[in-house]
Amino acid sequence: MDRAQTYNDTVVRQFTIMTLVWGVVGMLVGVIIAAQLLWPALNFDIPWLTYGRLRPLHTNAVIFAFGGCALFATSYYIVQRTCHTRLFGDGLAAFTFWGWQVVIVLAAITLPLGLTQGKEYAELIWPIDILIAVVWVSYAVVFFGTIAMRRVKHIYVANWFFAAFIITVAVLHIVNSLALPTGFLHSYPVYAGVVDAMVQWWYGHNAVGFFLTAGFLGMMYYFVPKQAGRPVFSYRLSVVHFWALISIYMWAGPHHLHYTTLPDWAQSLGMMFSLILLAPSWGGMINGIMTLSGAWHKLRTDPILKFLVVSLSFYGMSTFEGPMMSIKTVNSLSHYTDWTIGHVHSGALGWVAMISIGCIYALVPKLFGREKMHSIKLIDWHFWVATVGVVLYIASMWIAGVMQGLMWRAINDDGTLTYTFVESLNATYPYYAVRLLGGLLFLSGMLIMVYNVWRTVKGGVAERTAVMQPA
Amino acid sequence: MDLSTLRGLSTLLLMLIFIGIVVWAWSGKRKKDFDEAARLPLDDDPAIAVDTNGGLDSAGEKKQ
Repeated sequence: MDRAQTYNDTVVRQFTIMTLVWGVVGMLVGVIIAAQLLWPALNFDIPWLTYGRLRPLHTNAVIFAFGGCALFATSYYIVQRTCHTRLFGDGLAAFTFWGWQVVIVLAAITLPLGLTQGKEYAELIWPIDILIAVVWVSYAVVFFGTIAMRRVKHIYVANWFFAAFIITVAVLHIVNSLALPTGFLHSYPVYAGVVDAMVQWWYGHNAVGFFLTAGFLGMMYYFVPKQAGRPVFSYRLSVVHFWALISIYMWAGPHHLHYTTLPDWAQSLGMMFSLILLAPSWGGMINGIMTLSGAWHKLRTDPILKFLVVSLSFYGMSTFEGPMMSIKTVNSLSHYTDWTIGHVHSGALGWVAMISIGCIYALVPKLFGREKMHSIKLIDWHFWVATVGVVLYIASMWIAGVMQGLMWRAINDDGTLTYTFVESLNATYPYYAVRLLGGLLFLSGMLIMVYNVWRTVKGGVAERTAVMQPA
Repeated sequence: MDLSTLRGLSTLLLMLIFIGIVVWAWSGKRKKDFDEAARLPLDDDPAIAVDTNGGLDSAGEKKQ
């Protein structure tokens, strides 16, 4: 059969498998640093294993390696299926896979060595930044090339979200990483002082908004209708959802810099846009969940659908919590406490990881010529283990965070602080233990998934799938 | 024109753009197109291509 008449699923399979590998690695590092907070001796006095070096390794691995591979895999799969055409540029698509893996391996080497730019979620040093930019531009060429070759009239809404994610991440990464190298391993940012901070959090928050939200909404708009067997609840709402979300997210970054030297008006602007963000976020969540109306009974038998719907519930929860925490008075309590960590993980584990897991369970049988996953029961087990894990994690961090915030601001009658910092740390230990348990449960769920996927793939046939003829 | 007027006008402009998008999305003319687009994820289950090349297809994709 003519190659142009089949989908390029090789690259999708590669990214799908690596999603699992990096998911386990990234979450394992997360569990290790959670244990280090409880038992600091676990760094064994080895510099490479210290918390300060492993923490960026954890964040980079779960966001860019696990999340990134999931985004590549699903976007390449979805854009071909909804455009009824083979992926543009086989060689370039392969380059995005290998290039991205090299970036991840370089990150795993440099971060433990302590080589960093010191910018959160943008720690990687400038030579790696250049490689990321090249890979990302290639990704854009492959994706938009495929859209340009489409054999259907419409560009499905999932592709709009992927397109916004790809363009914005390119802009964010390049602007925030502009630096003056002083050597091969070190550089200074071109920005200084509060401008540097603002650029960093413009980047940081939009990494959340576009990398961790828009891209995964693209997955949602394809796999929720697919798995529910019915079109999205309201396509019109999805269009408004798209334009409202991408135009508002861009301005919410300053809420990371409340009560700093950032001008007050910029802080208030960030807070206002964060509050407005609730509307498009919930519009999207409702659109996803309501897609199931009339198909609710499927939730009883289909754990993949459970993953997708619960991920949307966590998305709704964390996009309510986020605007609330951006209110300056609330932020004065929550900032710098573990509440922030809890909020991030309700989004990262509850929304990002769970929707990715659901999508991969839906994808793997299709990619490896199987009717369904090896064991549906194990998917159900994974679902419950993961859900309990997330709940333990975020509940313990909520309590710990509010407690820390209250202890830090408590003042005696004579104006002195009621508690020393180390007293608040001491009080946090039990919650660190619960958080570790939650993380361990979530990681165990991933291991169940790896076994299930391995059994499904083993003996499966990676068939070539014919491109759908446009109606 | 002072800065406050400019701010007011820009707010108004953005609001009009938003209302414009909503009106456009809900206009009856778009309904048929949107219904078609919404079917895209459901209409893409194709037949599996028959592989007759002994495990390796022309793209060099190895059978798993």
